[in-house]
Amino acid sequence: MSTFRDERFLRIVGQIAFAAAVVLFALWCLGNYRARGLSFSFAFLQDEASFDLAEGMAFSPIDPYWKAFIVGLVNTIKVAILGIILATILGTITGVARLSTNWLISNIASVYIEIIRNTPLLVQLFFIYFAVALKLPELRDRLVLPGPIFLSNRGIHLVWWRPTASFTWWVPFWIVALVAAVGIYLWRVRLEGRRRRPVSRLPWAFLALVIPLIGWLLVPGNPLYADKPAVEGLKVVGGTSVSPEFAAILFGLVIYTGAFIAEVVRAGIMAVPRGQTEAARAQGFTEMQILRLIVLPQAIRIIIPPLISQYLNLTKNSSLAIAIGFLDLYAVSNTMLNQSGRIVEVFIMVMAAYLSMSLTISLIMNVANRRLAMVER
Amino acid sequence: MKAISWIVVSLLVLGVLLAACAAPAPPEEGEAAPSVTGARIQTILDRGKVICGCNAELPGFGYLNPAGDFEGFDVDFCKAIAAAVFGDATAVEYRPLTAAERLPALQTGEIDVLIRNTTWTLTRDAVNEVDWAAVTFYDGQGMMVPVATGWTSLDDMEGATVCSTTGTTTEMNLADAFRSRGLDYTPLLFEKTQDTATAYEEGRCDGQTSDKSQLAALRSAMENPADHVILDVTMSKEPLGPLTAHGDNKWNDVVRWVVWGMMQAEESGVSSANVDQMLSSDDPTVKRLLGVEGEMGSSLGIPNDFVVQIVKQVGNYGEVYNRWLGPDGLNIPRGPNELWTNGGLLYAMAFR
Repeated sequence: MSTFRDERFLRIVGQIAFAAAVVLFALWCLGNYRARGLSFSFAFLQDEASFDLAEGMAFSPIDPYWKAFIVGLVNTIKVAILGIILATILGTITGVARLSTNWLISNIASVYIEIIRNTPLLVQLFFIYFAVALKLPELRDRLVLPGPIFLSNRGIHLVWWRPTASFTWWVPFWIVALVAAVGIYLWRVRLEGRRRRPVSRLPWAFLALVIPLIGWLLVPGNPLYADKPAVEGLKVVGGTSVSPEFAAILFGLVIYTGAFIAEVVRAGIMAVPRGQTEAARAQGFTEMQILRLIVLPQAIRIIIPPLISQYLNLTKNSSLAIAIGFLDLYAVSNTMLNQSGRIVEVFIMVMAAYLSMSLTISLIMNVANRRLAMVER
Repeated sequence: MKAISWIVVSLLVLGVLLAACAAPAPPEEGEAAPSVTGARIQTILDRGKVICGCNAELPGFGYLNPAGDFEGFDVDFCKAIAAAVFGDATAVEYRPLTAAERLPALQTGEIDVLIRNTTWTLTRDAVNEVDWAAVTFYDGQGMMVPVATGWTSLDDMEGATVCSTTGTTTEMNLADAFRSRGLDYTPLLFEKTQDTATAYEEGRCDGQTSDKSQLAALRSAMENPADHVILDVTMSKEPLGPLTAHGDNKWNDVVRWVVWGMMQAEESGVSSANVDQMLSSDDPTVKRLLGVEGEMGSSLGIPNDFVVQIVKQVGNYGEVYNRWLGPDGLNIPRGPNELWTNGGLLYAMAFR
């Protein structure tokens, strides 16, 4: 037997040949780039950006380019995390609703899923931004909801709670409450084991919230005060705000991805054998208990792998934000590459950033998947 | 064991790859862009048409009209180049480009010439490796606000939200203008000019900033143009003109003399109405300009009567200006875009 018949040897040779091809291709690209008289360098990242960014972290024109990139990255991560959480909630509710025996509920869910899944996201974003968010009244004619909450085409401005000097005295009460909540929860779990039937756990744990409430009365002064928004000149001061661009991209992504997640959830639930439901029903479980204790725990194992794809899609789709003026990673990079002229460098950074985000999401979800994976008996 | 060896191999490969990227040899001076230099004019002649990068959504400058044709001030210069090279103003293939796409399209050789209201700046000239041929329009960055606000200068705009388009010089000029006045403001950026205008019109921002010519164009397309006013403030110099890829002087020369030919035609009184009579003019400048005398065109590598073809098919500079930007078009006063003989900045180099 010669070494050329050795499968392991051939595999290694194949890998090395492929790697060499990749390296040669990269060098060839770099050579072409140089031949056009272009230089390749990331030194511009230290230069003064001299443009302004209004969304997210504080940024001024004298900050360097790399900080602008970070601002964009943080904005994208913010949208991705909030989007994933909200889309999962919306998708789960809609997925379960579509399987409901109630004609109205299941059909409302179906119509939502079919309309949203079958129209392009960019069109939906334009609709949400230009036809909904910007059609709100102007700031001087703003809608004022109790709170106060201002609704206008400049965004949502709402009251926000900020800590006062006595806040530090209040913190220990929260720590005690947290410990108590965990204690109560563990006690209920043990009780469940002893009684051999399900008992409610979370509602009991929330009883611990009484402790901070008592703390509020004991602490001198109020630990929090309400920072209310007020219009001053052309802008709103105080409180906190959500820009129309952020609201539009977040809701757009949640509504769009939610429809896909709903189908994933539905498929997962339907994959749980009918016998499971029937057996549970025969044993006297209520419909809610069947869903919560029998069906969903089994369905989630089927749901997670396709769910990863949806999370990745949501994160990458957030790059459409540039169309509606939200300063996400891609929008900031677009400005960066135009002002610096470092097009290839900036695009490499953008690709690396999205790749890292996607790989991180995959990693987290795969760990979750492994821990929940079906143990065949 | 097996897995470990794969990891080792992969890491080695990755290391080689990184080393190749991380240790860039200094680019050799003097041998820049051999594949581009001088070859472009031949490529264009062989192809039989000029590929012109332009704007598709800026009325008056570069606009895709409802009939599906490109039209406007910038587009007419594309036509003029085609008329000069091929004697046929229709031998143009238009490539509509966004602000961010335009320079890469030129660098990669996808287009022959870029005429898309692009400001001539040092950074773009040096870092982006592009060459301007001439200035066709002297512009300045302005600010459009609703008439109802009663504002007359930037100082009235403390705390305002200002919309602009990303990938342009306006972002930086805006930051400079407000920073130097010590004014607080919020920028809001969009990718497409039309979206910027829509957001402004919907009242999302208190003002919109861009080149004044562009603001005039956008205002003309608004629901109530009279409700908006362009403030008498100029935040920056914005010289706009056609560009070619860096290092191709021969092709760059053709483009710049096309532009100067149109200016000289206006200066010498040659227009589409009288160009045939002018062929028999006694004025030596006109004779050289129209190719009756001398080898002006042929020395550039294009037909000797290139100015005749441009003026006949497209018009001289003044005619093109009036067609799109004059009283019948966007109605922008000529101001600095008047001939030097009339107190403006347009000055064609000598046809000699």
